[in-house]
Amino acid sequence: MTTVSSHERKRLHPHKFTMWVALASIVMMFAGLTSAYIVKKANAKWLEFELPDVFWYSTIVILLSSLTVHLSVRSFKAREMARYRVLIGITAALGVMFVVLQWIGFQQIEAGGVPLFGFDSNPSASFIGIIGGLHGLHVLGGVVALVYIFLRAYIGAKKVYSSTGLEIAATYWHFVDGLWVYLFIFFKWL
Amino acid sequence: MSNEAVLHSHDVHSHDDHHGHHHHESFISKYVFSQDHKMIAKQFLITGMVWAILGGLMSVLFRFQLGYPDAEFTWMKDLLGKWVNDKGQITAESYYSLVTIHGTVLVFFVLTAGLSGTFANLLIPLQVGARDMASPFLNMLSYWFFLAASLVMLSSLFVETGPFSGGWTAYPPLSALASAQPGSGTGMDLWLIAMALFVVSSLLGGLNYIATILNMRTKGMSMTRMPLTIWALFFTAILGVLSFPVLLSGFILLIFDRNYGTSFYLSDIFITANNVGALPNEGGNAILYQHLFWFLGHPEVYIIILPAMGMVSEVLSVNSRKPIFGYMAMVGSLFAITILAFLVWAHHMFVTGLNPFLGAFFVLLTLLIAVPSAIKVFNWLTTIWRGSIRFTPAMLFAIGFVSLFISGGLTGIWLGNSALDIHLHDTYFVVAHFHIVMGVAGIFGMFCGIYHWYPKMYGRYLNNTLGYIHFWVTLAGAYLIFWPMHYSGLAGMPRRYYDYAQWESFKQFGDLNKFITIVAMIVFAVQLLFLFNFFYSIWKGRKVRSQNPWGATTLEWTTPINPGHGNWPGEIPEVHRWAYDYGKDGQEFIPQTTPVGSNETNHH
Repeated sequence: MTTVSSHERKRLHPHKFTMWVALASIVMMFAGLTSAYIVKKANAKWLEFELPDVFWYSTIVILLSSLTVHLSVRSFKAREMARYRVLIGITAALGVMFVVLQWIGFQQIEAGGVPLFGFDSNPSASFIGIIGGLHGLHVLGGVVALVYIFLRAYIGAKKVYSSTGLEIAATYWHFVDGLWVYLFIFFKWL
Repeated sequence: MSNEAVLHSHDVHSHDDHHGHHHHESFISKYVFSQDHKMIAKQFLITGMVWAILGGLMSVLFRFQLGYPDAEFTWMKDLLGKWVNDKGQITAESYYSLVTIHGTVLVFFVLTAGLSGTFANLLIPLQVGARDMASPFLNMLSYWFFLAASLVMLSSLFVETGPFSGGWTAYPPLSALASAQPGSGTGMDLWLIAMALFVVSSLLGGLNYIATILNMRTKGMSMTRMPLTIWALFFTAILGVLSFPVLLSGFILLIFDRNYGTSFYLSDIFITANNVGALPNEGGNAILYQHLFWFLGHPEVYIIILPAMGMVSEVLSVNSRKPIFGYMAMVGSLFAITILAFLVWAHHMFVTGLNPFLGAFFVLLTLLIAVPSAIKVFNWLTTIWRGSIRFTPAMLFAIGFVSLFISGGLTGIWLGNSALDIHLHDTYFVVAHFHIVMGVAGIFGMFCGIYHWYPKMYGRYLNNTLGYIHFWVTLAGAYLIFWPMHYSGLAGMPRRYYDYAQWESFKQFGDLNKFITIVAMIVFAVQLLFLFNFFYSIWKGRKVRSQNPWGATTLEWTTPINPGHGNWPGEIPEVHRWAYDYGKDGQEFIPQTTPVGSNETNHH
């Protein structure tokens, strides 16, 4: 077994790799939705409206959270557990804050007389509601994963010293961050 | 992380155990919540078989209606209740439900989950030399999501308004408006939930298959030494992981149109039923759904056929006692099919008002698929050419697959032409084409795999005599059922109609329809024979006495006859050569684990 495992150690961890494939899969879902958006935009009765400014704030918040999750991985690896605890807490809080800001953004769109759903809605607004909502769900999934990994490091009979799980969650976190930047540019300027 | 660590990362106690003596497994952990890929494979297979029988039975029922539209089978009323009217005929509503659920179930539950779910789980770890999947836990979840999808779909058969009845493609507006017809109500809600669960199952499975193949191969198992089964399952998983999410996005928009009043797919609709009247939806585009659906829907047919191709390649080579002809060409053509699969979806939409100029590109790309397909066919034929063929049931089903793939593939060239498609679209010609090239060929690939790897799954053989009867009746039956449909299709007979008796042009096919129905019943009965063979042999079949009953080179035959969780009792074997050293240097076969001798001729 020694020869085999030393041979395998050089490769990417299977779970990390699985996450990369999963990300490709999520990319395809949003690619499907955004291309549907482009197709639909070319059809008649497309409503143009401005995105509220609060989406700028949410973008800044999620970019910040990417920074904090990156730093938290570094502190975990350096075994600076106090710093790690603070940083991961901030990241999770920023994640929740992002979703709240998105929610406020959707409310502001509706308040501006553009309903997202319902019979008087226009697909241009519904798309933002659905794509933004799905993205928000993915961010919340990331928050759950971070909290789980955080708790796992402290609660339970055995402590986890491997940073693999955290690194996988961080990869995911950077991904949903990048995904939002793409979606924001897409909605704002396309 | 090593295989060992992945397998036991959830189980602290067994870290120090030697693999020979296993920790105790209860009934629940061994058979129900199993994380052993071999048991999960059996779970997928048996659930898939249950669906195959139900889906097959549905086809027999709607064939009754097509073959005997005027007959009065009052006994059916006792069996099926409100699905049958007082005269003893299946109602139009339930006819459409049967066609819809037959399609959904056979395409997704049998030929996707039942086929690649079974054999990806069984063969990937065994043939690449891994103790289990990259994540045995996700793998278990994949099965449980599939079972949940199955139960929800099954429950839709029993709701009062009946299961969904708008065709397996679930085009809006029939799928988007609960008031459009009875089957679009609760039945459609359940259909959507089941399919969403199914997509999750298939994604979890696919992630695992890809990660396992790329990361967990044993020492020496380079990519080009992998058996073609693994290559095929690898490309299948890639197709699934990249196309199912797009279907899910289509479904999400559909759910919002159905339940939250959005107008993605709906525009200017007036419903006369129940005095619903005009709907407020405006600006929607029903064709958008078709684009999203077929972006999955076309790769889906390759998700079905690629695993069959991989297993057929392996079985043909083993039972011809010859190396596969053109290994790299086989891998290359699988790759080409995978790429092209994503670029041809609009050939399902030639008559939707697609721009003919755009259509021309889709025609070209569609016809290009003939090139890798022909490469594969010629390589299969040259593999068995002058081989020492052993006509085992698995081998017969493999040869039958090649035959069906040729017959069904040729009509694909007709249908891929946008000009011919104007005439052939939505006729029985299409039904004949896809049933032969995808449906029956896929099922033949599945039977080929079951007969060949049954000894590995259960440590016993299937009965050969029953196997031969099963093969010949199914092959003859498949051609007798679907061949005549080419003629009625060319004559313009549309598919999905309940009763053709009113049409002067299609009345002439009444006797033909009757004939097809009779053959369909016989073929269905023979599948029950197979079912008996399968379950009887699990307990009473002839026992496997040798580790490598087919004289094959691949790694799964180096495990014990009944391998435990972890597959190899000692170390995982090391691989020294490709999987197809048959008849080399005067030796009948050389297993992959045999080191290369100094006097060997050219070596892969």
